[in-house]
Order: sequence, then structure tokens, then C-alpha cells
Amino acid sequence: MNKDYYIFKSGRMRRKNNTFYFIDKEENKKSLPVHQMENIYVFGKVDFNTDFLNMLTQHNVRIHFYNYYGFYNGTYYPRSRQVSGFTVVNQSNHYLNEVKRQYLAKQFVSSSAFHMLRNLRNHKNYDEVASIMESMQSHLDLLDNVQRIPEIMGVEGTIRQLYYASFNYILPAEFAFDERTKRPPKDPLNAIISFGNSICYTTVLTEIYKTHLDPTVSFLHEPSTKRFSLSLDIAEIFKPLLVDAVIFALLNRKQIKTSDFEYLEDMVILNDSGKKKFIKEWNGKLETTIKHRRLKRNVSYKYFIRLECYKLIKHFIGDQQYKPLKAWW
Amino acid sequence: MVSGLHIQYYFVCHRKLWLYAKNIQLEEGHERVQTGKILHERAYKNSEEKELAVDNIKIDAIDGEYVREVKVTSKMTKADKWQLLFYLYELKKRGLNKKGLISYTKEKRTEEVVLTEKDEEELDKIKESIQEIMEQSYPPGVIHSPICTKCAYYDFCYAEEGEE
Ligand code: SF4
Repeated sequence: MNKDYYIFKSGRMRRKNNTFYFIDKEENKKSLPVHQMENIYVFGKVDFNTDFLNMLTQHNVRIHFYNYYGFYNGTYYPRSRQVSGFTVVNQSNHYLNEVKRQYLAKQFVSSSAFHMLRNLRNHKNYDEVASIMESMQSHLDLLDNVQRIPEIMGVEGTIRQLYYASFNYILPAEFAFDERTKRPPKDPLNAIISFGNSICYTTVLTEIYKTHLDPTVSFLHEPSTKRFSLSLDIAEIFKPLLVDAVIFALLNRKQIKTSDFEYLEDMVILNDSGKKKFIKEWNGKLETTIKHRRLKRNVSYKYFIRLECYKLIKHFIGDQQYKPLKAWW
Repeated sequence: MVSGLHIQYYFVCHRKLWLYAKNIQLEEGHERVQTGKILHERAYKNSEEKELAVDNIKIDAIDGEYVREVKVTSKMTKADKWQLLFYLYELKKRGLNKKGLISYTKEKRTEEVVLTEKDEEELDKIKESIQEIMEQSYPPGVIHSPICTKCAYYDFCYAEEGEE
């Protein structure tokens, strides 16, 4: 079982014989079992050298960096072992052909909206939530009539706005918010959503890298120079399904409290204890399994992300038309 | 160029052959691939025999007049046999006339394989149809056979949204 490793403290990597150790500022030493690792997430300030990167390459371990505020900075990826020119050429073809691109963009939006509505289904007894859901559904129905990517994006944006507006009815009062603020997040709820979404992004990216997909060629989001935008596309499906579910659980069970946030001058961020609580719940969620109808075995939420990648490859190579995940359980 | 693995896959599943030809490989964490490797290392550890790899031929070992292959089980005999015949044919074209031996470790059984003229004709046909499959622009369909559950492509082939 491959494990993820999180470094919250600041410190340095030291090598002794064939083992790497993380040594924090208080000189506490912890060995890194690289042969069992898949990802390292670095939230602290860490010194290391290329020896360390070589070793990560050797063991195919990715290392993701976040800045002090918990915002994603970037990733060191060992050179990709999965290369299929045929797949990439066909993936690009689905971007270049406007009709094919629109098809995929709509699939991501419809799955995302499906999962948003799914999150609200247990709160229908609140009139306000029920009417928001109706409104979301009617915007979702518009998807059939729009074509261009900005319009598809627009539908997605409206649905999402409505969805966030429902949060005030289903989350504890102290986490009320006016609107979604991203850069920077202005209140605790925004802070936890931002953090969760960026963790989801790297999780999806890690799965994409295990396949032959090119993470830079995307459909709903414009391929961008700053991000692996295919990861943003696929994350649309999983943000409501995974991130929001984790947030609801943590806040409603009062596991994360206002004291798990840091209030800076113009923004709010999760502090270390908040991040740790989120990550623990997140990993528990990723490992939760569901019986897959076609594979006929239990599959973890994390593996569902990989399967989504496989389905996209099959779509690109003309094997089977892509139908996004719509959680049926 | 057609290789021994192509011959194997041709007899197992055309879709597998096509996916492999397009370099869509799903090895990560796949158990059976690993078993094969380990078996390989063990079987020839203390032997003087050498592995031979030229062009499209990759032979486990050549031992006197015999080319030897080791397999875990006899489940895919036909594929194994044709792979070996293919190697014998390729060697013959290079001026080496050999016979083949396949050992099945699980059953502790060894089988001799001799290349005939008829086999050669058949191999020419097989190679041609392998070329045709590899050049198809779409993958052949899922074969829905019991071997699928043990195939490295199982998750890929069966990753789909089933209806209720
Ligand atoms: S899973 Fe079945 S159909 Fe798919 S490649 Fe393997 S044997 Fe062929």
C-alpha cells in the first residue's frame, strides 16, 4: 500500500547510507520510507538537494509544494514512464475540434452539478435549499441549449454560485459566508474550500500522471500555462463528491472549529491543526470503497479518479464514448 | 516489427495486441507482470545459459540445439507455442537451426517444439494479420472472456459507467 507523507514543519532532508531523514528545527529525526511512498506534501520550509530528487525519481515518488498559506506552488514529477503519442495526438484532436471539445466540457459540468445536487439531497426539507436545488436544476437543463465554451462555463458558474448559497442553510452558523472568495479567502469557509480544492487538484494530477493522458490539454478549462488544466477539468467531478463531503463532515461534526484557522490581515487560512484535520478526513475519504458495477469489486474513491482517466483515454482513442461518473450510491 | 510479445497477444486478445502496439500499457502495481519477472530471475540464476535479445527476438535461453522458454502454467499453451515457433523461424532466417523446449514450472512438464514448413507459412499469415490489427485506427472490442479478469488491461477495458 503506497502512502502519502505530509511535512508541516520546517527543516531539512539528510541522507545517511541509503535512507533519507527529515530533521525538523528541534532536531527531531524521522526516516522517510520512500519505497512505500507515492506522494510527499510539503507545507513547511524544507532544505534538500538533488540527491533527494534523484532518489524520488528512482522510487517514482512525487513531491508537492505548498506555500505558507497552504496554497499550491508546484510539484516535482519524476520523468513520466507512461508515454503514448497516439493517445496524446487524439486527446489534442478532441480539443481542436470545437464540437468534440464542447461535448467533453458539458460532461464535466453535468457530472459536477449532479454531485452538487447530490450533496444537497438530504437537506431538501429546508424550503430554501429545495428552491435552490430547483433553480440549479433549471440552469443545468440549459446546458443542452448552449454550445460555446464560455457559455458552458457560464452555466457552471451560475450553478456553483447557487450551490454555495445553500451552504448557509446546511452548515453551522459560525461558518456562514457571503460569497466565494478565492484569492485570497476572506473567511473560514472560503479558506477550507480553497485548501480542499487545491488538495483535490494534486490528487487528480497524481492519478493523471499514472496514465497516458497529457495533463496540459483540457476541455472545459482553457489549457493554461500556469496549471495542468486537465486536472481542473477532472477535479470538477470530484470536488463536490469528495472535498465538499469532507468539509460538511468536519464542520457539522464540529471537528474543525474557528480556532483551526489563522486570521491574517486580509485573509483567512487553515492553520496547521486545521490542515492536519482536513488531510486526515480527506485520506479516509479517498480510501473509502464502493462496489464498482462493471469491475465487480470494491474500488476506492481515489481509484475512481484513475478510472475516470481511463474512460477519457478510451474516448480519445475512439473506443467508447465518455460518460462521466455520476455517483449512483 | 512484429515481436514475440505481439505473437503472444495475438493469440490472447486482439484488443490487447492493439493497446500494446499503441503503447498504452498499464503496468503499475500489476501483480502478474511482477510474478513473471521474478520467475525469470530465479529460473536462470545459476545457469550458464544466456538470454538472447536481437531485433525482435528475446529468448530466455539457448542451450545447445535447443531454445528454451519457461512459463508458469500451461494455460496459454497455444500462444506460448507460436511464440516459440516464431523465434525458431526468426533464428532460422538468420542461419540458426534450433528446436524448442517449453518448461511449465507449475506442472513440472517440458514440451518439445519443432518448426515445420507449414508452421512457417502459418507464421507469415499470422504476422500479416498482426500488422493489420496494429494499423487499425480504433481498438478491437472487449472480448468478454474469463481471461479478462486476469489481464493487465482489465480495469481499463471495464472502466465504464454501467446503466442501473
Ligand atoms: S481485459 Fe479482456 S478485452 Fe481487455 S485486453 Fe484484456 S483480454 Fe482483451
